Amino acid sequence: MTTPSESPLIRTRDLVKAYPMEQGRLVALNRVNLTFEKGEFAGLVGPSGSGKTTLLNIVGSLDQPTEGSAEVLGHRIETLSHAEAAELRSRHIGFIFQTHNLFPVYTVFENVEFPLLVLGMPAALRTQAVRDALDWVKLGDRANSKPAQLSGGQSQRVAIARAIVKRPALVLADEPTANLDAENSRRILETMVQLNRDLQTTFLFATHDDKVIRHLRRTIRLNDGSVVADTSTEPTPQLAGYRP
Amino acid sequence: MIRFLAKGLWRDPTRSLFPFLTVTTGAMVTVLMQTYLAGISSNLSWSSARFSSGHVKVISRAAAKAGDRASNELALAGVNQLLEGLRRDAPDLAWAPRIRFGGLIDVPDDQGLTKAQAPVAGLGVELIRADAPDRPVLALESAIVRGRAPVAPGEALISEDLARHLNIGPGAKATLIGSTMHGAMATANFTIAGTLRFGVRAMDRGTMVADIRDIQRALEMDDAAGELLGFYPDTLYRRAAAESTADSFNARHARDADEFGPTMVAMSRLPGIVEFLDLTDRVSVGIVAAFTFVMSIVLWNAGLIGTLRRYGEIGVRLAFGEDKGRLYRAMLLESLLIGLVGSVVGTLLALGPAYWLQSRGWDIGYMMQNASLMIQTVIRAQITPATFVIGFLPGLLATGIGTAVSGRGIYNRQTASLMKELEV
Ligand SMILES: Nc1ncnc2c1ncn2[C@@H]1O[C@H](COP(=O)(O)OP(=O)(O)O)[C@@H](O)[C@H]1O
Ligand SMILES: [Mg+2]
Repeated sequence: MTTPSESPLIRTRDLVKAYPMEQGRLVALNRVNLTFEKGEFAGLVGPSGSGKTTLLNIVGSLDQPTEGSAEVLGHRIETLSHAEAAELRSRHIGFIFQTHNLFPVYTVFENVEFPLLVLGMPAALRTQAVRDALDWVKLGDRANSKPAQLSGGQSQRVAIARAIVKRPALVLADEPTANLDAENSRRILETMVQLNRDLQTTFLFATHDDKVIRHLRRTIRLNDGSVVADTSTEPTPQLAGYRP
Repeated sequence: MIRFLAKGLWRDPTRSLFPFLTVTTGAMVTVLMQTYLAGISSNLSWSSARFSSGHVKVISRAAAKAGDRASNELALAGVNQLLEGLRRDAPDLAWAPRIRFGGLIDVPDDQGLTKAQAPVAGLGVELIRADAPDRPVLALESAIVRGRAPVAPGEALISEDLARHLNIGPGAKATLIGSTMHGAMATANFTIAGTLRFGVRAMDRGTMVADIRDIQRALEMDDAAGELLGFYPDTLYRRAAAESTADSFNARHARDADEFGPTMVAMSRLPGIVEFLDLTDRVSVGIVAAFTFVMSIVLWNAGLIGTLRRYGEIGVRLAFGEDKGRLYRAMLLESLLIGLVGSVVGTLLALGPAYWLQSRGWDIGYMMQNASLMIQTVIRAQITPATFVIGFLPGLLATGIGTAVSGRGIYNRQTASLMKELEV
């Protein structure tokens, strides 16, 4: 799975997603043409129901386009089989959800280790990778805790560690701060900005949270499934100068 | 990955404990039922075999034709020669000559006048000879309530109930009043050596057991016997072998057309017995099927609830690139593992009581005061080779079917709509 260096990380062409309804159909995405380069820190914004999650799911190979195409890391999503889509996700894509969705019966360490087990990584490499990931999110000392023993912010940081432990090319985060207070949202974003800078990980958000939007370097506004604005901005001053 | 899944099973009791308990219970009940039925089947057929039909029996053609109404007038003659031939031609069976007789038992007082009298159903068998096959078959030693087994001619055993009715005990003198093979009146004096209870209603009412030589002498049946019973020494009935032994015996004696000539009947060809043997097999199969079905439904529902509860986990696992097919197989594997462990534990738990029922038995005679069937009133389980595998049928099938059905929901759903339902 190599990506030709000249092609973008993600490219959609006239992407349409429609759901059959009792009368006609509901168009969730309407001819979306977007391109994302490696290393971007971009967000889909817009009101609820505007198609953000739908677009993330297609880019994440969890769903298929109805028309048009979505090319991710050189793969045409609409041509992938179930197994090929699973393989793409397993190798190259990390997910962060609105709720942390950690496995309750496993420790923090085991939760973060899970994507590496799916990848079939040898045990020795796994341990180091999990340690590194927990250090990035500053939870190295909670490796043996169970999710129930963590605060909401800590749990979401574990979810970030789980998403980035395999060093994916792309992290898709759907409303990652929706259940967090301001302070925890800020810390989560700091962590992601830093990972984006240090590991060149591409982040694509779906959000309508101003605290997130403020930190985006590129903001794509969706409305009724169509792109209505695509603006690149400078990162906010306090975060640009942020050092851990 | 296997270790990861195993940890989840171990740590999450709703994922493992409830199905485990269901399977364990189901396997245990199935195994108990199977051993119970095997015990009943074996007991019933063995009761019939030891007290009336043998595994095979040789009688005269005339007696065979007369059936239940056969009397000693239709007995076999030339028994010693017949026995010799049987021991040579069918050495895998132990051969026991018997005479059944009816009569009155008369207990005299000091003056020799009748003190008490009662009808008896008598059985003359080889009792005295140490290696007589009927001694283990009738297991007289374990049936004796008071006194001891006869050791000398002129000694007899009677049912404990009869002894109480006659108000006599070991050491008492009694006279048998019956009829000879030729219809004349016959009497013989006996000393009661002991009293008996077989645990079989029909044999415990008014039975007298005496040595066959004494009976032959009393009833003028020299070298004659009512029947020659053949037994497999381990008491287990072998249907095919018994039937072919009977067929070849009858073929050998076909040319001798005498109506008092011998004929051999296999137990499984007696009316009532064959239906019974087939029935218990079918009931066993039915019970296993019923338990499998009920447990499948319970585990299917448990599986559905478990799957709903695990939607979050399933969605995340799919998102992180586990293939749907692989996830489905992993869940099947999980439940089969539980099914396997539950079956092992359930089988082991059932073996204890089954073994107890096999070796000690449970006497339900008090519930069956009026039964006249040759039913042993002690419930005995029997552990057979099938016992060790039968619990795994419902255990594995039910967990497998339960998870397969509940898991299909996930398998057939679009990944995206699954994620949507997850609210992730
Ligand atoms: N599986 C589905 N079936 C039918 N309609 C759907 C489905 N998924 C999403 N939609 C509809 O598509 C539109 C876009 O949804 P979504 O992408 O979740 O929006 P957002 O994430 O921006 O809130 C909504 O109107 C939603 O109701
Ligand atoms: Mg959404």
